[in-house]
Amino acid sequence: MKVLIAMSGGVDSSVAAALLVEQGHDVVGVTMRLWGGESDTGCCSVSDVDDARRVAQQIGIDHLVFNFTDEFHRDVVEPYVNDHALGVTPNPCIECNRHLKFDRLHERAIVLGFDAVATGHHARVVERDGVHRLARGHDSAKDQSYVVHMLDQRQLSRTMFPVGEMNKADVRAHAERLGLRTAGKPDSQDVCFITTSKDDDGRSGRSAFLARRIPLHVGEIVDTEGARIGEVEAVEMVTLGQRRGVGGGGGTKRFVVDVDVPGRRVVVGPEAMLLTDREVVGQVSWSSSAVAGAVRVQCSAHGDANLADIETDTDGNVVVRWREPQRRISPGQSAVFYDEAGEVVLGGGVVNSPRVRPGRDGHTNIDFT
Amino acid sequence: MDHAATTPMRASAIAAMMPFLDGVYANPSGSHRFARLARKSVDEARDLIASLVGCKPGEIVFTGCGTESDNAAIVGVVRRRGGVAVCPAAEHHAVLHCVEHLGGRVVAVDANGAVDLDALRTALDDSVSSVSVMAVNNETGVITDMRAVSALVRRHAPNAVLHTDAVQAACWIDLRDLWPLVDSMAVSAHKFGGPKGVGALIVREGVTFEPIVLGGGQERDRRSGTHNVAGIVAMAEALRATDAERSHEVARISALRDTLLAGLSAIPGVRRTVPDSVSVPGVAHVCIADVESESLLYLLDEADVCASAASACASGAMEPSHVLLAMGVEREWSAGALRLSMGHTTTAADVERTVQVVTAAVERIRTAAARLKRA
Repeated sequence: MKVLIAMSGGVDSSVAAALLVEQGHDVVGVTMRLWGGESDTGCCSVSDVDDARRVAQQIGIDHLVFNFTDEFHRDVVEPYVNDHALGVTPNPCIECNRHLKFDRLHERAIVLGFDAVATGHHARVVERDGVHRLARGHDSAKDQSYVVHMLDQRQLSRTMFPVGEMNKADVRAHAERLGLRTAGKPDSQDVCFITTSKDDDGRSGRSAFLARRIPLHVGEIVDTEGARIGEVEAVEMVTLGQRRGVGGGGGTKRFVVDVDVPGRRVVVGPEAMLLTDREVVGQVSWSSSAVAGAVRVQCSAHGDANLADIETDTDGNVVVRWREPQRRISPGQSAVFYDEAGEVVLGGGVVNSPRVRPGRDGHTNIDFT
Repeated sequence: MDHAATTPMRASAIAAMMPFLDGVYANPSGSHRFARLARKSVDEARDLIASLVGCKPGEIVFTGCGTESDNAAIVGVVRRRGGVAVCPAAEHHAVLHCVEHLGGRVVAVDANGAVDLDALRTALDDSVSSVSVMAVNNETGVITDMRAVSALVRRHAPNAVLHTDAVQAACWIDLRDLWPLVDSMAVSAHKFGGPKGVGALIVREGVTFEPIVLGGGQERDRRSGTHNVAGIVAMAEALRATDAERSHEVARISALRDTLLAGLSAIPGVRRTVPDSVSVPGVAHVCIADVESESLLYLLDEADVCASAASACASGAMEPSHVLLAMGVEREWSAGALRLSMGHTTTAADVERTVQVVTAAVERIRTAAARLKRA
């Protein structure tokens, strides 16, 4: 098969490319240039492209660079910034996979005559009875099925995850055996287009990045009685369920239980106030057909997949009813539906549950109507 | 079909440089017999280039590349004399980034990408110390009316040093005609059949600039660093051959370009970026509707046709062309930019095959895109 492998310059995609060559495919490597910002912070830095190109040269395949900076800006960076302005906590990696790796790159690959697109994700595509299923990667600690959950049948039938059957340790061992320069490279972390170091004013990379694009507002921290406890530097950067930076002292653990961006207010309360028995999920995509009934739902990249029943409401949203109450999920995060065994992805979407406002009496008024 | 990026070396230039790679390896700044031998070769190369440009031998400064020549001429002049640097928006980055770095004035270009003379005049005054206008654009091949530019600069910015980036001009325009119009001029050997890593800045006697490479004081303190003897000798030979064949090549390549453009025009949705009348024969720049340059170049490469679209960034990714942007070409057209460029080794068969391959690739891209849209 003619396979286009997306090479980030990391060890997983390097080994994935090498495996495809070993399997006898006709392989071309491509690095997507996504971020036009300073070229040596985070993703698509010149040194990462260099690594990808050198690995491609070493394993004897052509290497291309595609410039998708416009699309990345439009489909990932702008929504990321706008979501923060609304008090929503987005997952840019998932949006990048959705719009860039499995939409834009797939389309480009088809135009150029490739049969499949491969990436270095730890996930598996399993075909059974003509249906392509997305399953968790063999290495449960490194499983990335959550971040590629949006793949539909058309995309799954053209997708390959060569390292999905391997443990991370085996991936590194394979890279070392081949003498690939990326063998010892650390796993990527955080949001690729935001630097992790603090700026001259001591602001975090994320805070400085957002402050250059949207106004950030000081927010008041109050308890569930409405009593002022303190303030946060930027209410736009507070996430539901967050504990750090909102403590205010005292013995009890306090969590963010409500973020009110227009009101510039953050409410903190005990963990019990975070619990809910349902969530609403929008922008839903299904691996094959829509599913209702008993499933497991996972709401972060390496979080637990908990039992729930799902059904699609009249607006096309999926309502998740937890078997056991769970902590509320910040709007903007992805909820991914797995089969009851927790192994096969059925679909997923973005949490858009209505805000839950703590009442004056200290009880939670859940405004599900 | 990518001669504007670089050209194959002429056999005579390779032959000229070989003795200095394998034999005469001395440093021409030395004081022994072998140094004198190397020195003589550099001096002779300088004399030869002077005769081909119509300048004095002492007006030639050997450099490492065209970019360095532009940097020395612009940054060097402003550092020495102060004042404001000016250039058009469609200049090569070797010029544009210097002027931007110096906080200079960037002026508009016309729809063909040549400097807008009215805009240039507005930017000129007594405070301007450096004006840089390229003789031929590296992306579109458009030729600047340097006579008009020169007259304008002399009249409205009498204190300015007028520089021209002639890197893309050497194959097509007699440098003897260009040189009297300007104060300094950059050329690069690999664009006319010479080796990479050597260029020259021709700078008029009496025009001084602050050297940007300091050291042993070579090139009369204008550019330090041990001479690239083999490169300099090969550059002189390549320019000699280019100059000798120029009028013949202009006629031959013009005919090839007519064939090429006639063939490409048969593809629906192909637009010529600049008219033939204002462009050098070696460059055929077109914009193709409903096609992305990156896809097109991949399919061309797969079929052994090497072309380009715009300049590439450090990562190797294709950057949107600042030249087309400055010309006001709409995004939907500039996204499908294709530059086919020809030179001394291009044949009629190359052109015929290029037309076939581009036609097939465009058809394939459009068919696949239409199918994706339907799905």
